[in-house]
Amino acid sequence: MVTAEKEITVDPASFSPDGTVSYNRVVDGSVPDLAHGAILYMDDITVSFDGFRAINKLSLSIDVGELRCIIGPNGAGKTTMMDVITGKTRADSGSAFFGQNMDLSKMSETEIARAGIGRKFQRPTVFEDHSVFENFELALKMDKGVWTTLFAKLSGVQRDRIDEVMTTVGLEARAHDPAGLLSHGQKQWLEIGMLLAQDPKLLLLDEPVAGMTDEETERTAELFVSLAGKHSLIVVEHDMDFVAAIARKVTVLHEGAVIAEGSLQQVKENERVVEVYLGR
Amino acid sequence: MSSMAMPAVSAPREPVAYRLYGKLGWTGLAVTWGGLVLLALLYYLTAESSALHVPDYVIVLIGKIMCYAMVALALDLIWGYAGILSLGHGLFFALGGYAFGMYLMRQIGHDGVYKSELPDFMVFLDWKEYPWFWAGTDQLWISLLLVVLVPGVLAAIFGFFAFRSRIKGVYFSIITQALTYAAMLLFFRNNTGFGGNNGFTDFKRIAEVGITLPGMKFTLFLLTAAALLGALLLCRWIVTSKLGRVLIAIRDAESRLRFCGYDTVGFKLFVWTVSAVIAGIAGALYVPQVGIINPGEMSPANSIEIAIAVAVGGRGTLIGALVGAGLLHGLKSWVTVAFPEFWLFLLGMLFVLVTLFLPQGIVGLWLRLRKK
Repeated sequence: MVTAEKEITVDPASFSPDGTVSYNRVVDGSVPDLAHGAILYMDDITVSFDGFRAINKLSLSIDVGELRCIIGPNGAGKTTMMDVITGKTRADSGSAFFGQNMDLSKMSETEIARAGIGRKFQRPTVFEDHSVFENFELALKMDKGVWTTLFAKLSGVQRDRIDEVMTTVGLEARAHDPAGLLSHGQKQWLEIGMLLAQDPKLLLLDEPVAGMTDEETERTAELFVSLAGKHSLIVVEHDMDFVAAIARKVTVLHEGAVIAEGSLQQVKENERVVEVYLGR
Repeated sequence: MSSMAMPAVSAPREPVAYRLYGKLGWTGLAVTWGGLVLLALLYYLTAESSALHVPDYVIVLIGKIMCYAMVALALDLIWGYAGILSLGHGLFFALGGYAFGMYLMRQIGHDGVYKSELPDFMVFLDWKEYPWFWAGTDQLWISLLLVVLVPGVLAAIFGFFAFRSRIKGVYFSIITQALTYAAMLLFFRNNTGFGGNNGFTDFKRIAEVGITLPGMKFTLFLLTAAALLGALLLCRWIVTSKLGRVLIAIRDAESRLRFCGYDTVGFKLFVWTVSAVIAGIAGALYVPQVGIINPGEMSPANSIEIAIAVAVGGRGTLIGALVGAGLLHGLKSWVTVAFPEFWLFLLGMLFVLVTLFLPQGIVGLWLRLRKK
């Protein structure tokens, strides 16, 4: 995995949906090097809490633009895996890389977020005292240093971007309401919208449709499918209908390790998966 | 739905008017500060026999209360917005006071009891020269610099370690309380070099002008009023900026904010340091007006009083801090004369009543009534 010479690679951002073309540039360490087509490599990760192995020699690789579903019974280590990727929990052993060059074990939560990994929590976490608009303003991709924040003024382009995201998640009519007044499903949408505003390269979504109505779930599925390709997504979900609607490739976790990987159909036919998860 | 066309239903373009104050707010400020200036003028320009004359003690009392209001404001900035409750803000207040007090002591010159170049307490300790940390304090500008730097640097160092270690909530409050208590014990020692339990007093002049002259009192009063207004507008500007919204987000969901890409330690450190500096300036204005600074200012009770003032007035409103400090200290100066032994009971009862029945404080109640 380690390459000896310094490579000149095409930054995948040059294939951005807005069609702007950038020049090839040397990977400088502040952006993930995606030349080999994978955005996330986890190799032999182990995490234990008081002797309990939440993650047990987990290895996983996610391709650029992929939409990966992760399923598994409760306690399989899905949320802990996201904690490791976002820097909330440190792995006892093993390595996790964002692109080929960014060692996630050496980065803080803030640095990981700035590098381009966004996360939606299992329980929707939004800023309840702030309006919906302000939630998006806080999440919006921009320089988030102390001084620039003190003097920050939203530009017209940024405001348009917020309007666009609000429309995408259907919250434009609630723009000035405090986020705390939203329904559970709307908070889920708000948090997903905040992720979009943050414009990460890799989105981690922990049970994004929990508490949503069928219609909301359907719209979420459409949204995720439309995001794949431009972004890479990892979706943890229990709702098998939802997984069926979006899944291309499914990974099954059990007791902190991968027990099966493949299309939903392949996974469903896997005896071990049926035994520990689906068959119950 | 996934089409990225222009929004069909366009939200109003201006989300919220992020301005310092509305018409009502500015009018209120103009009336209040106009009143303060008028009081000062009536004190300074009218004869003592005149019916319009404002007596000396009123000017001193209001000057003092404005200083308390300024520390309360500083506390509200970090407590009401960033959710960081300091129970040690009296320390920064006292440090600002001591920094300026050193200059006031040197201005006494040879007029002390022992007619020495050194302050009386140093003569008493048989010291022959000023210790190194008094260097330069005979210069007004250096002591003014120290008023800002001493609380600021201490707050920055303490805050850096506390915030980096993610100490928050009640743990942070207890540590700040311990910090001011430790400093009080340190300053009580004669050998610390700040006058022990007597502190600094018996000041004679500032910039060679007598400190008891009406002109000096008039000037100090106006300077305090200006500093309070400046601090209020600065805090208001901070909390209406995007940084202010980040502070509230830190209060409500700090870890979410980290995953949004904000380094919350830097934001907390910034606002914590600004708050400590404001408290220090308040202390420096307080000392020449009351004529004394001693380690009692660092006692935990003083810092708790600041927090109660903010709670009474209304957290997270800024104006509430001024209202709370004004009421609390107005009440205190009356009760401690009329029924001195009841003050602490009253203070405790006030805190319990406000917590139970007015969780948003007086200003919070007013804002809620106005919304209806």
